Amino acid sequence: MNTTTAPLAATALPAIEASPSYWAGVRRRLLQDRVAVVCMVILALIVLGALLAPWIAPHDPAVGSVLKRLKPVGTPGHPLGTDELGRDMLTRLLFGGRTSLLMGIAPVATALLIGGTLGMVAGFLGGRVNAVIMRSVDVVFAFPSVLLAVAIAGALGAGIGNTLLALTIVLIPPLVRVTESATTQVRAIEFIDAARASGAGNAVIMRAHVLSNVIGPVLVYATSLLSVSIIMAAGLSFIGLGAKPPTAEWGLMLNTLRNALYSQPLVAALPGVLIFAVSLCFNLLADGLRNAMEVQ
Amino acid sequence: MTTPSVLARVQDLTVRFRTPRGEACAVNGVDFEVGAGEVLGLIGESGCGKSGTLRALMRLLPAARTQIGGRIEVDGQDVLGMQGPTLERYRGGTTAMIFQDPALALDPVYTIGQQIGEAVQRHQGCSRAEARDRAFQLLDQVKVPSPAARLNNYPHEMSGGMRQRAMIALALSCSPKLVLADEPTTALDATVQIQVLLIIRELQQRLGMSAIFVTHDLGVAAEVCDRIAVMYAGRIVETGRTEDVLLHPQHPYTQALLASTIHGSLRGTRIEGIRGAPPDLTRLPQGCAFRDRCSRARSECGGDVPVLQPVQGGHAVACYAAR
Amino acid sequence: MASANDYMVDVAGLRKQFHVRPERWGAKPRVVHAVSDISFKLRPGVTMGIVGESGCGKSTVARLLMGLVEADGGDVRLAGQRLGYEPAQLKAVRRKVQMVFQDSFASLNPRMTVEASLMFGPVVHGMPRAEARRNAHDLLARVGLEPARFAGRYPHEVSGGQRQRVNIARALALRPEVVIFDEAVSALDKSVEIQVLNLLQDLKAEFGLTYLFISHDLNVVQYISDQVLVMYLGKIVEIGPVQAVYEHPAHPYTRALLASMPSMDPRRRTVAPPIVGDPPSPIDPPSGCRFRTRCPHAAVPCAEAEPMLVRTHTQTHADGSHQAACHMLNAAPGSWQPLVPTPPVHTRTTPGAMA
Repeated sequence: MNTTTAPLAATALPAIEASPSYWAGVRRRLLQDRVAVVCMVILALIVLGALLAPWIAPHDPAVGSVLKRLKPVGTPGHPLGTDELGRDMLTRLLFGGRTSLLMGIAPVATALLIGGTLGMVAGFLGGRVNAVIMRSVDVVFAFPSVLLAVAIAGALGAGIGNTLLALTIVLIPPLVRVTESATTQVRAIEFIDAARASGAGNAVIMRAHVLSNVIGPVLVYATSLLSVSIIMAAGLSFIGLGAKPPTAEWGLMLNTLRNALYSQPLVAALPGVLIFAVSLCFNLLADGLRNAMEVQ
Repeated sequence: MTTPSVLARVQDLTVRFRTPRGEACAVNGVDFEVGAGEVLGLIGESGCGKSGTLRALMRLLPAARTQIGGRIEVDGQDVLGMQGPTLERYRGGTTAMIFQDPALALDPVYTIGQQIGEAVQRHQGCSRAEARDRAFQLLDQVKVPSPAARLNNYPHEMSGGMRQRAMIALALSCSPKLVLADEPTTALDATVQIQVLLIIRELQQRLGMSAIFVTHDLGVAAEVCDRIAVMYAGRIVETGRTEDVLLHPQHPYTQALLASTIHGSLRGTRIEGIRGAPPDLTRLPQGCAFRDRCSRARSECGGDVPVLQPVQGGHAVACYAAR
Repeated sequence: MASANDYMVDVAGLRKQFHVRPERWGAKPRVVHAVSDISFKLRPGVTMGIVGESGCGKSTVARLLMGLVEADGGDVRLAGQRLGYEPAQLKAVRRKVQMVFQDSFASLNPRMTVEASLMFGPVVHGMPRAEARRNAHDLLARVGLEPARFAGRYPHEVSGGQRQRVNIARALALRPEVVIFDEAVSALDKSVEIQVLNLLQDLKAEFGLTYLFISHDLNVVQYISDQVLVMYLGKIVEIGPVQAVYEHPAHPYTRALLASMPSMDPRRRTVAPPIVGDPPSPIDPPSGCRFRTRCPHAAVPCAEAEPMLVRTHTQTHADGSHQAACHMLNAAPGSWQPLVPTPPVHTRTTPGAMA
């Protein structure tokens, strides 16, 4: 590079005292937050259960006997009772978790990737690019999210794939907005100018400097979106636009167990309890994450 | 005034903050007096405790994390013990504060006229029209051009120097006896700074107020203050009349501070700063806090903390080596 | 290859305007004349101080020279390289010129260690990472920060003066020839400030650098600079060797600025402010000489034409290097009708200095 410096000796550099990085600090503070830890444990159990469903479920989720329909909680052999077609509730809930969680998490993850990138580019480049991206996003944003999801899923037809698409489309605009806003704030700070003064181009600056500073608040927002997404997915299934029977899915189960609400209220409420628990845990986890990230 | 009377007396003031790394002793046993009509300068670098002292005098420190000890007496009243309505009357009425950043004192959603008027009405209980008249007079006193128009301006419509003058007017609105100024001109341009300093000096002399002026700029202190107290690590290390302290400093820190003040006339020479760094306020060393950086440190400096001893006239130093 | 007659920094006719969005929908957009017709030349190894108050445009000049802001007009040459705005041209210029900003904390990425921040520039320009790391450690040592202790730290774990040293090391990482300091020591404590200034002097000698030192602190500028440039509302009002300008200020604004420094001697306090009012905004500056609205010597020609830089008659610098832009400079007193009758201003005549 430069011939005026003496050739640097090939000796090893002395070991340096490493300071804990920002994310190490975040993890430490998060683990000290009792509420967040409880939420993480609950979520871990539910996710684990859903993942291991094929191996730990006691029965076949599709097999049921009408003779054993709507057994209450605590029936021997069916610890959580049976549904309206005689299928074991525990098994259905475990398998249902796979579908419900997928329909909740996948759209958020995809929207984060797409929306985050769009938002960062819009926020960093500003000007016309920003105008084009943000105004396009505003158009989608103009529709109420649930109605939009219903409309898209309705137009495409029921089925998990279409629901995933609908939810992803609905979740992209808020993520673009949040990322764009965070990026605009970071862009104004002097170290970006300093990076530009070092000769780096836009792509390098976005990757090396903007991303690490913007990902915090965006991640918090995405985690809170998970809670919304789970509920919307369940809602879509409830009205018949999501998973199709006989697939096990919590929202769909709520629908089919509706008529049993007076005869077996506990059993009928179970899928709802799980939806509520997962959604609440993601929400509280997002709060905990934000608190852990706040300290500078 | 022939016999100098004491308006404010601070005795053994200590301020401790709880921080994640331990308890920080921001102010460690500070004693001083301010006479009526006198301007006392508190000089020091960041972390020396001068702002903490000022805020303690105004009771502006967050109660939850702070422990204050000692005694503060202003105009015969015990400041640290005040509560409720007495405290409200004290703040603004007896003692007023001018901040470095006018944005801290001026509310962006109200006009200058409304803010000054509100303060006057609250403390003096007059009508709105009378308060507005008073606001007009005050803006005129601080040499704000076209004061009548300015009464209807919002803070963001005024320049930095104008905002600072408005803040001074606000501070003076209820004729306080003691004015606390926390680096009021640090953020101003040179030509504006000198104007504001002269306004402060003129008003202070004309209205006979006392003032405590916190600054890190020795030139500013020389222009405005009658007496100076130099602070280091939460303690006063030297105090005396401005000429005495600035022209004949006795404490090694004061001397080093003056020697490291950059003067254009020192061009071509190499000025050495003060080696080392200020101590960690959560881990203050035994004895004199300046010991590690002092060229004249002796064995006694590691023992008891040196106390202020009079040198001559009103000049006092806290140093074993200065005897 | 720069010969002795070549200039390290050659600025001619630099101009920049910003457009402020109009307050009302139909109103004309307002123009901020940030920088108007700035020209100066610097030989290698010289330190040029730039002084002026808010709105004078000195920070904009720094950003224009770095290419962070695109100029509206003018020609800038840095170490022989012409400043252009194509990516390749900018990248080439940024090997030659670097900048240290005022806010030491905001200038560093809070998520990157000191070492990583120092490595970023060289790696962008193609240096292998191992060599960049060695370079970073070497620079930390040169600025007085022990690499073993500081390389792994984050910006918030380091004091203000230390952070500014890191910024200086970062500026030197690309081995530039010109370094611009934009109020780089203004936020530091006085004792820390002098340490950093000493460091800057040492580095300048060691690396053979040319400095542009922007500051509002007139004492610091006098101490560290060889030449000084005084700006007002986007224009140069006076330029010359630092001692000439400070001891024989020719322009009324320079005189007022120097007289505004607080006196260090409590026995000789300032009696009246040398200039009244606030620095005006660079939107819609006055016609002709921009200083005429606050100038005690303003006369009829001052409103009609902008003054050009002309030589002053300083004895010691008859080479014409000390120039000021003032119509009244060489005029006989009383030869022109004054614009505004001004009361005489009594102030101390010697700028602040201890007896």
